[in-house]
Amino acid sequence: MTEQLLSIVHLSAVSARDGNAPVLRDVSLSVARGEVHGLVGESGAGKSTIAKAILGILPGGIRITQGTIKLGGRDLLALGAHARRRLLGAEVSLIPQDPLTALNPARRIGAQLTDGLRLWRGLSARDAQTRALALLDDVQMREPARVMRAYPHELSGGMRQRVLIAAAFALDPKLVIADEPTTALDTTVQKQILRLIRAMQERHGTSVIFVTHNLGVVAQICDRATLLYMGKVMEQGTTRDLIEVPHHPYTQAVMAACPRYDRPGQELEPIPDAVLATCRAEVMAFDRAGVSHG
Amino acid sequence: MAEALIDARAVVVAYAARRQFLSKAAPPRPVLHGVDLTIARGETVGIVGESGSGKTTLGRALIGLLRPVSGSIRFDGREIAELGEAAMRPLRRRMQMIFQDPMSSLNPRRTIGRTLTAPLLLHGLVDNRAAARRRIEMTLERVGLPASVLARYPHELSGGQRQRVGIARAVVLAPDFVLADEIVSGLDVSTQAQVLKLLGELKREMNLSMALISHDLSVVRAVCDRVYVLSQGRVVEQGRCDLVFDHPQDAYTRTLLDAIPLPVIDPTWLDRQAPGAAA
Amino acid sequence: MAEVALNHDAAVAAGPPKLRRRSALRALLAQPKVVFAGGFIVLLILLALFAPVIAPHDPLDQDLLSGTLPPAGFAGAQPGYWLGTDDLGRDVLSRLIYGTRVALTVAFVAAFAAALLGTVLGLFAGFYGGAVDAIVSRLVEIWMAFPPVLLSILIVAIMGSGVRSVIVAIAIIDWTRFARVVRAETMAQAKADYVVAARVLGFGRLAILFREILPNVAPVLLALVTLEMGIAVIVEAILSFVGLSVSSDTPTWGGMIAQGRQIIYQAWWVFAAPLAALFATVLAFNQLGDGLRRALDPVMQR
Ligand SMILES: Nc1ncnc2c1ncn2[C@@H]1O[C@H](COP(=O)(O)OP(=O)(O)OP(=O)(O)O)[C@@H](O)[C@H]1O
Ligand SMILES: Nc1ncnc2c1ncn2[C@@H]1O[C@H](COP(=O)(O)OP(=O)(O)OP(=O)(O)O)[C@@H](O)[C@H]1O
Ligand SMILES: [Mg+2]
Ligand SMILES: [Mg+2]
Repeated sequence: MTEQLLSIVHLSAVSARDGNAPVLRDVSLSVARGEVHGLVGESGAGKSTIAKAILGILPGGIRITQGTIKLGGRDLLALGAHARRRLLGAEVSLIPQDPLTALNPARRIGAQLTDGLRLWRGLSARDAQTRALALLDDVQMREPARVMRAYPHELSGGMRQRVLIAAAFALDPKLVIADEPTTALDTTVQKQILRLIRAMQERHGTSVIFVTHNLGVVAQICDRATLLYMGKVMEQGTTRDLIEVPHHPYTQAVMAACPRYDRPGQELEPIPDAVLATCRAEVMAFDRAGVSHG
Repeated sequence: MAEALIDARAVVVAYAARRQFLSKAAPPRPVLHGVDLTIARGETVGIVGESGSGKTTLGRALIGLLRPVSGSIRFDGREIAELGEAAMRPLRRRMQMIFQDPMSSLNPRRTIGRTLTAPLLLHGLVDNRAAARRRIEMTLERVGLPASVLARYPHELSGGQRQRVGIARAVVLAPDFVLADEIVSGLDVSTQAQVLKLLGELKREMNLSMALISHDLSVVRAVCDRVYVLSQGRVVEQGRCDLVFDHPQDAYTRTLLDAIPLPVIDPTWLDRQAPGAAA
Repeated sequence: MAEVALNHDAAVAAGPPKLRRRSALRALLAQPKVVFAGGFIVLLILLALFAPVIAPHDPLDQDLLSGTLPPAGFAGAQPGYWLGTDDLGRDVLSRLIYGTRVALTVAFVAAFAAALLGTVLGLFAGFYGGAVDAIVSRLVEIWMAFPPVLLSILIVAIMGSGVRSVIVAIAIIDWTRFARVVRAETMAQAKADYVVAARVLGFGRLAILFREILPNVAPVLLALVTLEMGIAVIVEAILSFVGLSVSSDTPTWGGMIAQGRQIIYQAWWVFAAPLAALFATVLAFNQLGDGLRRALDPVMQR
């Protein structure tokens, strides 16, 4: 078996805000070094919650009730806040979901990109500047020099997301958590970014957790994937199995809902109620089992 | 071809450059360099292109939110490129927009009910609040929302529900034209399928003309009759979806098509360049 | 398909049970900050209105025989003088109660006037930009270049002392605080899509400014107004302290502090009592602002 960089075992979490409603239900998943792991599911399925749990930035309203998260053998949940921050700051980085709020509107892009380089790598202002320009070039940014001087609002949504992706890779992390990093990008750039992520991963052995709701992206970039519904794993396995021989009715329905330009005249089929009912029944059954076991 | 509802000719749009302190203002930077586009009644047109190619700019010019530097935009035979804000206002009801981010496009401190009622009263489409409410409830039902959302604030709805509210706000005014700018790119596939299906039905029922801006060509193919491919502020290819998608003429179009990740296992996809496309 | 959508959304809507559509009053009463701070301020208002009925003594009544009596509970205290007396034998509690009149008048009127002036200018500057913004921004900059204390002394010197001059001075000096914050907030809000949406729907500029943007600026504004009320109370006290507010036969907290400072070793309570009142009032205004925002802002009620 390959060495696991990250392993999450039996992770459950509840939302205190909604009367301790479960948000994650016994989620187990592991990511090997150099693996790209897809986290798929509809909005509210708990994809970001898993990402935040790893990063230790869960909102106050969400509480972990059981399970462990191990990064390179160290149990993150057992670590003190300070030790954890040091570890994560150096080894894990995040590409956030929302490019609009993730950048400080009052500071130039250049200043925001060089911050991490100077803080964690101790680069001089000039070296950090050079490195930042190279990073912007890596993410296929046109006119990187102009972008360095620009404020976030002067960039289109796509450009902003590329800045964030550049920032995430700036420190050569071991694990990159990408929370829907290409949702705001057009497909050509998305392809370049996917290619870039793979190049980085091959060069440095970077592992990636790729949160997305695009099964096309999963098919092309992920080695393995986990499909979530209401915080419960519906199906997990290699991408090939998931795409070509989906077992769970939910996986099948999600596949059918994907629009495909190579299939003209295809009717878009939202996930049928019957399938949703099946999934919900499965979740309820799990909850009841959890209650009866104590 | 059927009678054109929107007919844009040689549209040039420029943004004013940022003004540096004490220095002379730089000349405006053009982002659309003479775009021609027509949309017939009842037709849905896709506008695709990479980020920064000017899709949003074009869309906003079409509905008179941005004033072109030159060129003409006719809406139902009437020139709107020259109209000022006040002169545009009576036409506004007939051209509506659905936004990419339904959260920020809804006033966070207004209930959905108030958000939907005010425009109806403004344009005199209803005589009183009761009539407005009846009309809104019909529309809500049509877009698949319970009437209980009327009392809620935007942050109290799910993403899919908010997008439906955005659609309801646009169609409740019974417009002729609706601009939809990246409206499904933030939604999961299931919600996306629901929203697109709904839009398709509304379009047929109301004989709406639509412009659907998207970078996802799969979405465009599923919904649109014709497609315009925009690159760096110019239309590089346009035509019926089946023709453009099955026999793309322009290398850029091929690049766009080839960039779409399909849910099929294809180990060569990531490193493949579009045939005939420049690297 | 409509059924499919309906059912799905019904499920979403039925999801978390939430309390909503509380009446504004219920929402206000559910906020401890509003209840306590607001209650305190209502109490102050009542004291100001009914000072003659409530105050145990005439605040101006001098009784040199019962000078510098300590507050109740201290050795040498006399019944009827709960907070003791000053060196002229005037009842501190009664003076404190009468002092709320000036303090509250100034707090409400001056803060409201400053807010009105600053908000209108800030809204227009932030929304219209260009020349309007340039003029307002320059004006604010010039204004802020003057030291506020000097400016207020100047204004009071020109207008003559009195509550009215104090109010005018505070409004004229502090509108810049509102203009700056409201301008920045308006600019930020004006970029949001909901403003574009309002344009698409055909609303005019003024309707957008006052009906769409203003409600979204209001929470910041509310916080600022209550803050300003606290500041106004302090400024009035300062002006009284330097003898520029009202004539010395009207009791004010600032005047009392000034007087108490001189006899702090003989009668510390003359100094401490108005200071405590001042402190509590400023705190109450700040807490009330925060509480009101939490209770009334729909976005904060998550
Ligand atoms: N701050 C919070 N407090 C309590 N519960 C929360 C909070 N934020 C999110 N939740 C709940 O946690 C659940 C999972 O949310 P999460 O953000 O992980 O979903 P997601 O899969 O990332 O969805 P999306 O695709 O919309 O980003 C949701 O049911 C949500 O209501
Ligand atoms: N308000 C603005 N001021 C100055 N330049 C702008 C403004 N809005 C957009 N631009 C520039 O105009 C060009 C076209 O932008 P536009 O938003 O139309 O692109 P788009 O095709 O919609 O891109 P995306 O897919 O990222 O939304 C870009 O280079 C962008 O930087
Ligand atoms: Mg998320
Ligand atoms: Mg755009």
